[in-house]
Amino acid sequence: MSNRIIINTVINGEPTEFLADERDSLLEALRERIGLTGVKEGCNNGNCGACAVIMDGRLVNSCLVLAAETEGANITTVEGLAKGGELTPLQQTFLEDAALQCGICTPGFLVAATALLEQNPHPSEHEIRYWLAGNLCRCTGYDKIIRAVQHAAERSA
Amino acid sequence: MQDVTYRRPATLQEAVQLLKDNGPTARVLAGGTDIIVMARERRRDTSMFVDIKAIPELTGIRFDASEGLTLGAATPLYQIYRNETIQRLYPCLVDSASLIGGTAVQGRASFGGNLCNAGPAADSIPSLIVLEGKARIVGPNGERTVAVEDFCTAPGRNVLEAGEILVSLSFPAPQPNSGARFLRFIPRNEMDIAVVNAATSLRFEGNNVVAARIAIGAVAPRPLFVPAAGAALVGKPLTDESIAAAASASRDAATPIDDMRGSVRQRKHLSYVLTERTIRDAAHRARGEALEH
Ligand SMILES: Cc1cc2nc3c(=O)[nH]c(=O)nc-3n(C[C@H](O)[C@H](O)[C@H](O)COP(=O)(O)OP(=O)(O)OC[C@H]3O[C@@H](n4cnc5c(N)ncnc54)[C@H](O)[C@@H]3O)c2cc1C
Ligand code: FES
Ligand code: FES
Repeated sequence: MSNRIIINTVINGEPTEFLADERDSLLEALRERIGLTGVKEGCNNGNCGACAVIMDGRLVNSCLVLAAETEGANITTVEGLAKGGELTPLQQTFLEDAALQCGICTPGFLVAATALLEQNPHPSEHEIRYWLAGNLCRCTGYDKIIRAVQHAAERSA
Repeated sequence: MQDVTYRRPATLQEAVQLLKDNGPTARVLAGGTDIIVMARERRRDTSMFVDIKAIPELTGIRFDASEGLTLGAATPLYQIYRNETIQRLYPCLVDSASLIGGTAVQGRASFGGNLCNAGPAADSIPSLIVLEGKARIVGPNGERTVAVEDFCTAPGRNVLEAGEILVSLSFPAPQPNSGARFLRFIPRNEMDIAVVNAATSLRFEGNNVVAARIAIGAVAPRPLFVPAAGAALVGKPLTDESIAAAASASRDAATPIDDMRGSVRQRKHLSYVLTERTIRDAAHRARGEALEH
């Protein structure tokens, strides 16, 4: 039996206390213990970005973080982007520009691109591609995703 | 993942004690981008993670114009490449830090983890070597310092003894008219393991090169410091001939293997090409010129 521990965090603005195994990844804790299933598991080894979340202001892959490491941390998942049912400009342009097909990569792209726009509101195409290089998509061919991020940046002029 | 215990010691002494008391399956956890995957895939038998990120000496960036630069071994890469002092005085470290993984990996991964993991293709190690990095190590028997080029011993192996922790990496203050550059070759633009990588540091007095250090990676069981390549440049102006001699020395020192990423012939050739390019770029930086690419 792995040890159970209580972890106190702030998730999507809400103080959240949860019970986890010491071996749990943050990805497992978010999905299985807290029920935030917007966070996706693609590869479980850091290569695909489907599990990306923002932790204390920086983008991380939640499959490469232990839940135990998040004591006191502030975490944003895809569920925390829209406020009061209102989509963010980025979520809106993802829909308008058809930047998703099957959608499994979408939460990771949304979270990663949100982190980009927070610190660089008007990135170049090169900067967007470079920043999102750790997010894989098997369906869209990327161009539509890049365009959606560009359009969202234009909107927040 | 197998059952593990998680500990987050607040001091170096506590961390050393935990490692000592719990034996080889107690693993240091820095950014976790190597060790969490290896533990999950059972490539490393792991009973305990000793998270070193709450220990003050292990994180942060300190610079002093006479002492030089000291990086806490667990400092995440994004803090390194966003640091203005490092951008200005140690751009070769930015070259490496901004190429390891993607943004989400850089939010966690550290130079200390990259060095301790001791991968032959590790993208920080050639830069750490040519910048004369010194590894400060603390363990049950006290403290010692090891030059980075002597740190790795074989694939996945390093000089750390039971209970020892890499605390920090230190670099001398940059000399006037010096410059350094790291490059890697991969089939795509980002997110891949090096086929070959290389770094060069140079210092000029007048027209003459007075110091040169060259290191190459992914061409031997450990990242390779190639003193003969540097020696081919020293004591004369930089010319096409001296650069060719240095690049040939790198190619001769390389003892690569064939694998899915590249053949022996290609890796030998790339050792030559990347050595040449890093020398030219390091010279540009030494003269305060912008790089073309
Ligand atoms: C998607 C992905 C892409 C990657 N791309 C690259 C790449 O392009 N280039 C590259 O070189 N690497 C790459 N890596 C590998 C990895 O990210 C790097 O090696 C990273 O620098 C490791 O640092 P870390 O802090 O995460 O180490 P950890 O995983 O925390 O530790 C690595 C090893 O070192 C030990 N250790 C760590 N710190 C210390 C210390 N201070 N004292 C003693 N022992 C210690 C640990 O016990 C473990 O054995 C990639 C990894 C992933 C998942
Ligand atoms: S599931 Fe975490 S990066 Fe793929
Ligand atoms: S939309 Fe299917 S993987 Fe991206």
